[in-house]
Amino acid sequence: MNDFNRNRFVEFGLRFYILLSFAFVFAPIAASFVFSFNSDRFPSIPLGTFSTEWYVAVATDPLVWEGLRNTLFVGLFVAVVSTILGFGAAYTDFRYRFSGKSAYLALALLPPTIPVVILGLAMLAFLSRINLSGQSISVIIAHIVICAPFAMAITRLRLSQMDPDLEAAAWNLGASEWSAMRHVIIPFASPAIFGALFITMAVSFDEFAVAWFVSGLNETLPVKVLGFLQGQVSPRINVIGTFVFVISMTLVIFAQLLLTGRTMDARAASDD
Amino acid sequence: MQGNALVTFDGVIKRFGNFTAVQKLDLEIHKGEFLAIMGSSGCGKTTTLRMLAGLEAPSEGEIRLGGKPINDLPTWKRDTPMVWQSLALFPFLNVIENVEFALKMRGVGATERRRRAGNWLERMQISEFSERNISQLSGGQRQRVALARSLVVEPEILLLDEPLSALDAHLKVRMQSVLQNLQRELGITFVYVTHSQSEAFAMADRVVIMSKGVVEQVGSAQEIYRAPRTRFVAEFLGSSNIFAGKVASDGTLETATGKYRLPRDVRGNASKSAATLVVLDTRSYLSAAEPGPEFDRVKAKVVGEEFTGAMAKIYLETADGSEIRVQSGYDELADLPMSTGQELYVYWRPEDGHVLPIA
Repeated sequence: MNDFNRNRFVEFGLRFYILLSFAFVFAPIAASFVFSFNSDRFPSIPLGTFSTEWYVAVATDPLVWEGLRNTLFVGLFVAVVSTILGFGAAYTDFRYRFSGKSAYLALALLPPTIPVVILGLAMLAFLSRINLSGQSISVIIAHIVICAPFAMAITRLRLSQMDPDLEAAAWNLGASEWSAMRHVIIPFASPAIFGALFITMAVSFDEFAVAWFVSGLNETLPVKVLGFLQGQVSPRINVIGTFVFVISMTLVIFAQLLLTGRTMDARAASDD
Repeated sequence: MQGNALVTFDGVIKRFGNFTAVQKLDLEIHKGEFLAIMGSSGCGKTTTLRMLAGLEAPSEGEIRLGGKPINDLPTWKRDTPMVWQSLALFPFLNVIENVEFALKMRGVGATERRRRAGNWLERMQISEFSERNISQLSGGQRQRVALARSLVVEPEILLLDEPLSALDAHLKVRMQSVLQNLQRELGITFVYVTHSQSEAFAMADRVVIMSKGVVEQVGSAQEIYRAPRTRFVAEFLGSSNIFAGKVASDGTLETATGKYRLPRDVRGNASKSAATLVVLDTRSYLSAAEPGPEFDRVKAKVVGEEFTGAMAKIYLETADGSEIRVQSGYDELADLPMSTGQELYVYWRPEDGHVLPIA
């Protein structure tokens, strides 16, 4: 870091810029966090006194609990299924060469690029036609469509770091294709698999638009928040916002730790 | 050597799309021999090894191991462990777990597995690293882990795909002797694929030279060195001067640079036919004055020299532009004028010449 080739003013300027960007991104979230502990009913400066009354209000609201239960149930289910699907797609890309592979990859990675409103509307139209709208399963299906590409991208990145001889070496040493999958591919990809579980769960946990279209009465927490907003302005939104933010960030940080930790191992290994 | 074959390639052809990697390979690999398959990249040597390991299926022909056809046997059911160029050690397993892997796949119990793997670590002198991660080992230590991992199943044959290519020169030589001793002690067959002549010639009982999917020559290092069979082999070894021409009616070889006598045993062969004479660079000499009539000679200009300690390699060019090399002791060259462009006589005894069986 104490490289004499660097200009100290430029260095300072760049650091200041980074701080500014973070402030810009996190200020609204921080505001929501601060106001969630404010006794006043409306978010205004100067602040009232410190209070946890809104937390109590949220914790005693059965509707919030129901939303949380729905969100968690959907999130877990989505995380597991989309990670399995994403792993399968990534392994297909790693292992096989076939014509139309780039089209296959493009299709598999497409869903997150579709505007969520369009995706939500299409999901609603489709799911209601096959009598699957307005249930938890509808949100699960829709979220899997959105999340599986993330799981695939993460697993694919990890598999691309794998020496392609590794799997063949396992076969060569007497492992059948299933054993090689179990004893070589999955252990190697495990940081990415866990990372994908956390990320997909976080995505599902946060996702609002599609869930709003298809959830019906089984609203997830973000959809509930909108319901609150439309009904009344209440600092309870700040509480839920803070709560959702903390959970999502925790999941993302877990994923990040898993993914970068192993990458650094691999880098250290290839260094000598 | 009939009946002594452990592996037989019987008319094996391997195509990848329009590209034929191996063309009609007939080869026997004997029990307990150290066989090297040598050639430049793309010659089909690795494909040959991978077919034996069951990682590629032959397009035509049959491969037999111990007399039994193995074409349809998946790689995990063959006992043909391989040491990979990349070593392909499992990075998420420690040293002893890597070595145990093959035993685990064969359903050997945990204690027995650990004991047998431990024995191999001891034998390869890496017991102290048994709990280490692969990333904590040096190149030479990894090499030993890879060997132990393949040998732990006590196979009849071990396949090696350029395993030493990543090592530095010093370690390479040391691992060569480790491999050679190991092969002698175990008495099993080693099939060693390499592009390095020095590795192949230093270790192997027999060397197979391949080019463009075709076997150019099979033989001991000495046989190949003294009597290359084809022009490709002579050029690949780079240790001979090559003169191509036609056999004249008086039994000499007429070339663009002069008339040369042929060695006694082939003199008078098929007059007017094309023939190629090769003379080892260590049996070629230099002089400023015209050599005696007992020698054949060609005039050539010095283009460069390469000194390697006591020996020197002189590069010259004949009037028709072909390259001539002379390898000689440093002392013998001391009195010669050696500046670039200097014309000298390159001479040799006719009986040191070798006529390629296939011109």
